[in-house]
Amino acid sequence: MSEKEITFSTTIGPTHPAFKEPIQLSFELHGEEIVAADFVPGQAHRGVEWMGMRRNPVQILYLAERICGICGVTHAMSFARAVEQIAGIEVPRRAHYLRSIACEWERIHSHLLWAGVAAHELGFDSLFYVAWQAREKVLDLMEDFTGSRVHYSTIAIGGVRRDLDDRVRKAMDETLAFYESVFEQLRRAFLEDDTVRLRCVGTGVLTAKEALELCAVGPTARASGIPWDVRQDHPYAAYAEVPVKAVLPDAYTGETHGDVYDRIVVRVFEILQSVQLLHQLLDQLPEGPINACPKPVALLMRLKKATGEAVGMHEAPRGEVSHYVRLAAAEAPLSWKVKASSYSNYMSWVPMLVGEQVADIPIIAASIDPCISCTDRVLVRKGGGSGGASSSGQVLTKADLTRLSVAKTRRLQASAAARAEVVR
Amino acid sequence: MSTTTWILLAIAWVIGLSLYGVILGLILSGVDRVLVARMQGRIGPPLVQPFYDVAKLFRKQDCMPSGATALVFRFAPVVALAGAVTALLFVPLGGLERAALFLGRGDGILLLYLLLLPGLAMVVGGFASGSPYASIGAQREMLSMVSYELPLACTILTLAWRLARAGVTAPFSLWTLADHPVWAEAGPLGWAGAALLLGVMLLVLPGELGRIPFDAPEAETELAGGLLIEYSGRSLALFELAQAVKTVALSGLMCALFAPWRLSSAWSELPMPVATVFDTLGFIVKSGLFMFAGVSLVRAAVARLRIDDIVRVYWKHLGLAALAGSLLLIVDTWI
Repeated sequence: MSEKEITFSTTIGPTHPAFKEPIQLSFELHGEEIVAADFVPGQAHRGVEWMGMRRNPVQILYLAERICGICGVTHAMSFARAVEQIAGIEVPRRAHYLRSIACEWERIHSHLLWAGVAAHELGFDSLFYVAWQAREKVLDLMEDFTGSRVHYSTIAIGGVRRDLDDRVRKAMDETLAFYESVFEQLRRAFLEDDTVRLRCVGTGVLTAKEALELCAVGPTARASGIPWDVRQDHPYAAYAEVPVKAVLPDAYTGETHGDVYDRIVVRVFEILQSVQLLHQLLDQLPEGPINACPKPVALLMRLKKATGEAVGMHEAPRGEVSHYVRLAAAEAPLSWKVKASSYSNYMSWVPMLVGEQVADIPIIAASIDPCISCTDRVLVRKGGGSGGASSSGQVLTKADLTRLSVAKTRRLQASAAARAEVVR
Repeated sequence: MSTTTWILLAIAWVIGLSLYGVILGLILSGVDRVLVARMQGRIGPPLVQPFYDVAKLFRKQDCMPSGATALVFRFAPVVALAGAVTALLFVPLGGLERAALFLGRGDGILLLYLLLLPGLAMVVGGFASGSPYASIGAQREMLSMVSYELPLACTILTLAWRLARAGVTAPFSLWTLADHPVWAEAGPLGWAGAALLLGVMLLVLPGELGRIPFDAPEAETELAGGLLIEYSGRSLALFELAQAVKTVALSGLMCALFAPWRLSSAWSELPMPVATVFDTLGFIVKSGLFMFAGVSLVRAAVARLRIDDIVRVYWKHLGLAALAGSLLLIVDTWI
């Protein structure tokens, strides 16, 4: 027997039950232990930025909202903030508050969704149902508030699209009371359950140094003890008047480990923080207009004349999101670059996974709350061609894609037929 | 009875018993699914959903990966089902044993080995499929079999030893165990010991059946089905059936060890067919209760354990608990 450890490599994904979206992780394994880990993003092909650069900012707003499947405020908010800075649009105070209200509801819904997914990754489906049943309340409320459960379209350039009336205000108070009543149950279920603790304490550690070096953001960074929160560091919307303090795990556990358990702690207590913020926001909600430019045509005329560049930042439930926009007095922007929070957090997978067991891969992968569709982009190469696959050399048209998929189906049919022969 | 008649009867009995095992096992699985769904605030599937699932699997294409060892891959599910059915032959099944051809044959030790067969077949099939996920799953299955065997064997040995001390002949036979409930033989300390062993056995059930928290070999979110990842169609259906039959065999074992009372003994002078129906119904209810306590309740309440935790739980916690139960029963005989 040689002393050298015998390892074998395997991959998980792009399609695997542990991932709700396509991404590939590759591993060197020694038995059940992970010796080396890497990831291959780029499996969700999305040309959102490319599409956006052929549309005007008002149209992009709705496109931006659809970058993410669940964060209906996040990308619209970042994009709107960037455009407002360029065009010098002053958002009314009430609109700032309404934006913050939408953000905090979204945080509650996103963290509950994540908590459910994490429980499912641990094989704890009862907890998954508990979390998702609690999440239904916020979705119903958002439908009441904005007209839609997920893609709210409530952010507009210059303010918000819909005001808050007394009926919805009452529904919000009731929903807040509901979350206050179930918070203790959720906290005990996620933080005090023995099997959850057994699986999560000490698993997938990301040290503060690694979090800093790898530029982790949001709950992933905060769980490692980095007190970063865009709402606290660069207050926007109503967060200057309703201050936010970054939630750190040591407030609850007394110390920071940067493990999966700490990431659960941060998210669970951010739900409570959002509930408290919502109380303040609703109490202090000022009267006044909700949109600085309610007329879309006037707004478009103004944006068409605007020139300049800006970065719009926002603390999404998963961490900092930034949109870089450059307008050059034209219908469409000259440039639009989206940086989703998961883009910053992917790299922290590597130190988290190395040295852990195969069994911990799903929960560690889920612990950064990855949004793969937010992060993946299609790269359009100018004049470079794309491997001879397209007729025009740059862009795959619908006809190209049809041709390619027909060819692939034929190929699969041929190999399936060959395999069937072997079986017989 | 001539040899030919006996063989024909035996064949008929085996086929009938397999059908009974499959049907009852699938019903128990359906009950488990409904109960877990209700505990999770869902409505759940219809009670007969496992039947639909198996029926559908039998109609589906049976694929084999090109890298698989064909013969072993194909035979593993058959061995699993055969092993489970054979185990069923040697277990008292409520009232049915009156007609059992194998009445009094086989014993607890034989049953321990037979109950291992479906798991071993899954391991062999998993390795034969050539998939890395299945290999990891197969290694985990072997480890967990080695782990739950300690508390399981400890329980059966202790109860048989108790009967031997009481002067019963053939104490290892499950039929003897079923005729002499431990509760009747033991004093208060023995009761405590037997209760401890009952608790241990209830936690061995999810391990034997590969359910949460001991489902690391299949671990949907990690290994995407693990051992069974490459199985489809008829082969997968055979594994499902083996699992169903194994559920009934385990229920029979639990009833024989801890709850062998017959419903029909509540009335005297019941005609045999009526008594058999009563006892069978009683057995089904008892099986349902054991499965609810050992499988449904547990899997609704906890998360999946890592394989090293499984080994630790079975050897350290449950192993020690089983030994403590044995000790209590031993001390009980001194008093």
